[in-house]
Amino acid sequence: MVGIIGAGSLLASFLLTVMCLNQVGASGPIQSTLYHFMSIDRLSLDFGFLVDQLSVWMMMIITGVGFLIHVYSIGYMHDDEGFYKFFAYLNLFVFSMLLLVMGDNFLMLFFGWEGVGLCSYLLIGFWYTNRDYGTAARKAFIMNRVGDLGLLLGMFFIIKTFGSLAYKDVFAQLAGADPAMVTVICLLLFVGAMGKSAQIPLYTWLPDAMAGPTPVSALIHAATMVTAGVYLVTRCNGLFSMSPDAMHVVAIVGLVTAVFTAIIGLRQNDIKKVLAYSTVSQLGLMFLSLGMGAYVSAMFHVTTHAFFKALLFLSAGSVIHGMGGEQDIRNMGGLRKYMPVTFWVFLIGTFAISGFPLLSGFFSKDEIFANTYAHGGAIWWAMASVSAVLTAVYMCRLLYVTFFGEFRGTEEQRHHIHESPSVMTIPLMVLAVLSVVGGLLNTPHFMHLPGSQWMAHWLAGNGVNGTPIVPMAEVHLSASTEWSLMSFTTALALLVIVALYFVYGKVANLPVSDQKQTGFTKVVANKFYVDELYNSLFVKPTEALSKFLYQYADIQGVDGVVNGVGTGVSKLGAIFRRLQNGNIEYYLIGMVVGAALLFLTIFI
Amino acid sequence: MSFLLIIVPLIASALLLLARPSGVRQIALAVGVVNFAISIFAAYSALYDGTVNHETNIAWIEQAGIRFSVGMDGIGILMILLTNLLTPLIILSSQSQRIDNEPRYYGLVLMMVAALNGVFLSTDGMLFYIFYELALIPIYFICAIWGGENRIRVTLKFFIYTFVGSLFMLVSLLYLYLKTPGTHSFAWTDLVNVQLSTVEAIWVMLGFFFAFAVKMPVFPFHTWQPDTYVTSPTGGTMLLSGIMLKMGVYGAIRWMIPMTPEAWHTLTPYFMALAVTGIVYASIIAVKQSDFKRLIAYSSIAHVGLIAAGVMAWNKMGLQGSLIQMLNHGINVVGLFFVVDLIERRLGTRTLRQMGGIAKVAPRFAVLFMIIMLGAVAVPLTNGFPGEFLLLNGVWQYNNWLGAIAGLTIIFGAVYMLRAYGMAMFGETNAETAEFTDLDGRETAVLGIVAALVLVLGFFPNIILQLTDGTVNRILGSVQF
Repeated sequence: MVGIIGAGSLLASFLLTVMCLNQVGASGPIQSTLYHFMSIDRLSLDFGFLVDQLSVWMMMIITGVGFLIHVYSIGYMHDDEGFYKFFAYLNLFVFSMLLLVMGDNFLMLFFGWEGVGLCSYLLIGFWYTNRDYGTAARKAFIMNRVGDLGLLLGMFFIIKTFGSLAYKDVFAQLAGADPAMVTVICLLLFVGAMGKSAQIPLYTWLPDAMAGPTPVSALIHAATMVTAGVYLVTRCNGLFSMSPDAMHVVAIVGLVTAVFTAIIGLRQNDIKKVLAYSTVSQLGLMFLSLGMGAYVSAMFHVTTHAFFKALLFLSAGSVIHGMGGEQDIRNMGGLRKYMPVTFWVFLIGTFAISGFPLLSGFFSKDEIFANTYAHGGAIWWAMASVSAVLTAVYMCRLLYVTFFGEFRGTEEQRHHIHESPSVMTIPLMVLAVLSVVGGLLNTPHFMHLPGSQWMAHWLAGNGVNGTPIVPMAEVHLSASTEWSLMSFTTALALLVIVALYFVYGKVANLPVSDQKQTGFTKVVANKFYVDELYNSLFVKPTEALSKFLYQYADIQGVDGVVNGVGTGVSKLGAIFRRLQNGNIEYYLIGMVVGAALLFLTIFI
Repeated sequence: MSFLLIIVPLIASALLLLARPSGVRQIALAVGVVNFAISIFAAYSALYDGTVNHETNIAWIEQAGIRFSVGMDGIGILMILLTNLLTPLIILSSQSQRIDNEPRYYGLVLMMVAALNGVFLSTDGMLFYIFYELALIPIYFICAIWGGENRIRVTLKFFIYTFVGSLFMLVSLLYLYLKTPGTHSFAWTDLVNVQLSTVEAIWVMLGFFFAFAVKMPVFPFHTWQPDTYVTSPTGGTMLLSGIMLKMGVYGAIRWMIPMTPEAWHTLTPYFMALAVTGIVYASIIAVKQSDFKRLIAYSSIAHVGLIAAGVMAWNKMGLQGSLIQMLNHGINVVGLFFVVDLIERRLGTRTLRQMGGIAKVAPRFAVLFMIIMLGAVAVPLTNGFPGEFLLLNGVWQYNNWLGAIAGLTIIFGAVYMLRAYGMAMFGETNAETAEFTDLDGRETAVLGIVAALVLVLGFFPNIILQLTDGTVNRILGSVQF
């Protein structure tokens, strides 16, 4: 029953979203204001909605993928005592996420922004009896709040500069805005995006967020919430396009994040951790794309990533479910025999993200690379390609170690392994299909395939003053350059897929370097000790300062002075105290009578 | 109606203290509810263009130019709503436990309410001062009689500190009074017209500031507060933190700045620095507090520091933020102190480390506590958010960097509140917490009302902002620097 309400409400939302999609396609954006949330003089902050080509696109992902994940959760969370609570939180999340993308102003976005952060906190710490999970949940919320402070300050600058938080007012006044101010605004908004979308330096919460149930990782920490930062920048493309400096920062942060976290992903052995670092890395690629001015490509990758990463997480969940809670891939192996459906969909997901020709990730990544080459140059493109190769490496390692070779777990586990029920596998199959064909939403022009730049045209729509909602990036490359770029990265991906098969897929035992980690691999496996660094840079000093301020500054310092000053007064007080004979009743009556007499004088 | 709000609880108080009737609890609660009803009616039938409603103006001590004049503009109405909304909640929450000598306790609470209403309604300087001091007496006794360990030492310090503060205000008021033309007057309208030189204004403002800074309290005048909050009985703590500290904020808005605008430019940078320092300072201290009640006491210092900074910034955002936040902080802090109280009554401890796993055995409590906690963390669509947004914007308008530093409160607030919630509610149960019983009917009512207010005011802050909008415009327009 709980499951039906939970998933049913999402199905209803999805159908309504499809209706919105039709209406937007037929007659343009829908705007509606529910009520004035706060009004301060001429500044009216409204509870208002805007469903345009961009937001309805996000809504399709949120409700569509969200519905599949809800259905899957009915099976996955079946035995959990917090089943009803899980769906309550999950639905609250979808509400907040929709608020985020449907708002017609920055304040509404902020409501959703913090709302999804809250739901993320609740769901990461869903199994609350485990203290470590609670810590991970708190870490996520607090790191997000660091970003939120940036977003909040960005909003203050927007109010000051444009006198409004409504998108239409802000975007209509772009032409006259002070460029320096716009840069400040963009950078502050981007700080918010770094928190929510887990970019360097605010990324360390996301891998820890894997403490939550796996459907949560799929929905919140892969498909939807973490892409909110990409949505924010895309929504504000007019602002960002005015500030080359801000764009540069976005591109650099994105690229560094993409490469750095992909390296970490190479040496993780927890199936969900690999996927988590992969998510951070893919988000980095999206920001790289944004920084190159290729907003559509970023949104395209958001879309395909939602398909294949949700697929990968959910099939990882299926593996964990089948293995009775085991998450260490070193204790798996040979699972394709035991879980054929999960194996095939995982394989599709892996190939899609690795850029296997004609699968969805192939198209969306190719667009990002083409734009990087066109707008950034060969070096940027080469760096991005490195991250793509790394992606293929860690994903193929994950695939082969988990599903190929011999089973390495305990006998008990071997008996337990089973394929997941169809309530879980059917959503997987749907996502697998989407991961295969998702690329057709926006195939590149030069290939002359169906769906050529369809998404780009859709998102261009008609925004304020007839400017496009999301402008198409112009790629001035010859078809032959585009073909060769594409062939090169594809060849690399295929090479990795084949080569890794011989390292991990065809061998009975794991290579030594994956069992015993020493030297540099150990540093990588320990995530470059960034958590430890943050701990000693921020957490420990704050805690020490807290104790110091309390013990010394407050009790001995400030209060000491107060007490010193007060000593004289206390002595006076001691004299006055003798007037009290201890009978409080007597004393109180005197006071009330006195007060009453005082008031009586009014009438005399 | 203004007069009723003062006289009804005062008569009831005298009745309880002198006649000691039976059914004390019901009488006290009934008086609280009646007062709330009067406030609602007063609010309903008022104009919000900045004028004073429901005035009563009677000659009192004519020779000295003191009149018993009370009335309410939009700001006054907000304060009256705050006081009389929280009173029934505080009385109801006190009834969850056995209290010795109930007639005396509730009599004092009602006397306190009369005095608080008087403070917020007075339009005469001397009357304001009298009520301001009158409020101190019942709360002193509440803390000194029903308080915990060290109550005599702690409450005496509290009493002396705040009393001395008020004396400085008295000096300032008298100085202004003597500057009024003709036969002199304490009327707000006369006092506000007094022109002072900058030097005079600085001294007068400092007198007011000391009184109000101690009451709020603003760093570094806050050290009486954590001890007093921890030592007081919960009802006393709620009165202090929910309503009484707002006397200081209210005093700054109504009296201090309008009386001495000449000194604003000179002194505000210092006051602002103190307030913002206090936000960060108290937040950081709250991070590692092990005593839950003390943690909330420090968090309250941080929140009030932000409110004070918003007032000092003296712009529309800051003032509107400080006003709405006074109401919402009052609601949340009453809820939080009640949470601490009911944990302490069940477990016999306030130490966070000795808790854990309560969510498992008391799901209803867990949900309501969570909602109130989120309000305190100022998550959007809870009541903590609108005020924090406006206050930070107000401070930010005054100075961008100060605004950013004050903004750290949204990070630290999450750090200490989530830590406290996690330590109390999450994890495995221990021997004591396994026996934790979920909320009974009365407790559910109190926390339920608070949680409902958190959400309703979180979704519809404009209801409150509209109350004070006209008055704030008028004040901002009339006070010229």
